[in-house]
Order: sequence, then structure tokens, then C-alpha cells
Amino acid sequence: MSVRVQHGDFDAGAEIARLRRSDPGIGAVASFIGQVRDVNDGATVGTLTLEHYPGMTEKTLAEIIERARTRWDFFDALIIHRIGKLEPLDQIVMVAVAGSHRDECFSACEFIMDYLKTEAPFWKKEQTPEGERWVDARVSDDVARQRWEQ
Amino acid sequence: MNRAVRILYFARLRESLGLSAEEAALPDDVADVAGLMRWLAARGGAWQQEFDGCRQIRAAINQELVPDAAPVAAGDEVAFFPPVTGG
Repeated sequence: MSVRVQHGDFDAGAEIARLRRSDPGIGAVASFIGQVRDVNDGATVGTLTLEHYPGMTEKTLAEIIERARTRWDFFDALIIHRIGKLEPLDQIVMVAVAGSHRDECFSACEFIMDYLKTEAPFWKKEQTPEGERWVDARVSDDVARQRWEQ
Repeated sequence: MNRAVRILYFARLRESLGLSAEEAALPDDVADVAGLMRWLAARGGAWQQEFDGCRQIRAAINQELVPDAAPVAAGDEVAFFPPVTGG
């Protein structure tokens, strides 16, 4: 299990290769990559700045993986989240889960992303032609998380 | 009794308050997160705007998300921030 919060970019292909080769019992890897869009809430986004709460971020992400492990049986999981200044098309986040079969990998990957979006202490600020603005949290992200609590 | 806590502010709060961290001695009548927020709101100005209950604020104690009713104790690291927007 690994959690990384970093300024620099990552090589998703190399990360998946490392994960899937870690155990010959692995039969499936599910992954998600989030990237910066050039439009949000009707405005053109030039750059995005990501701030976080050092310490709590890493702890929260590790706890989310552990919570996923109590629900599904998988071999390994990885979360990488970038911070600092990013531009459209830049990768922001990667989650990958390696397990015996696809079902638990798909579910755990979605679960981890839904909790990351609503509990990990990251904040986005957008730089648009009209000026800077903090991104508002979305109700749809809370709804996505709540489906795991039923 | 001097009850010292460390308070951290992130994102919009850090900017509007012009402060990222402070050491504060809690008065005796501040027992929980809600009480701490009322005490901070009483500073007036931007503090009142952020902590008067109209804006959505999340709190963490010692790096765990907590509800407003969570008790605050001496030595705690308390953090206030807007709802998170990562991913």
C-alpha cells in the first residue's frame, strides 16, 4: 500500500507495471487518473493551484485504503496526488488497485476516489481570466460517497 | 489554567484571515469546537464572517475530521478549513 503527495508528475504506466508485478496472484488492476480541465463552472481555467494539509493528507489517504481493505480483498493499492500549480491536461491524481479479480479492484478504486474527494484535505484554487477563485465542494461528490455507507 | 492549543487555517480561511497558524490560550468557557468557533468569531471582521456559522467550515483535531461537538483539550492541534476539493 502506498500513498504519495508530490509536486512533480508521475508515469502512470510505470506505476501500474510496478503494482501488477508485485505478486503473481494478481489477476487484475483497476486504475483511475484525474486531470485538470480547461473549463469549470462556466469559466476558462488557465491554471489550478492545489493546497493541502501536510501530515493529515497522508494519514487520511492511508486510512481510506485501510477502510477499503476491510470491504474487499486485494493485494495492493496506490494513491498519488499532486500539489502546487497545474495546467489543463496535467495529471492531478492516480488511484490503482491490484487484486485477484476485477470486481474488487473496480469497487475499491471507486471507493478510494469517492472518499478522497470528500475527506482528504486538498483545496483547489482556479486562475481564470476573471481572476482567482476557490473551487466549491460539489454535492454530487457527497452523494457518491454516501452510496458506500448504505 | 492555561490551555494552549495550536490552530491552523487553510485555503479560503488562511487568505481571508491573513493567518496560517497561531498558538492560542483557550478561555475556560471554550470546551469544544463549536465554542472555539464562537470565540474566534468574537474577534470581529473577517473572523466573524468566517466563524459566525453562515459559511461551511470543517474542523480537524490532531489531524482527524471532527464534528462541532468534539471536545478541545490542551496541546491539541486544531485545524479549520472549507469543505475539501481534491481529486
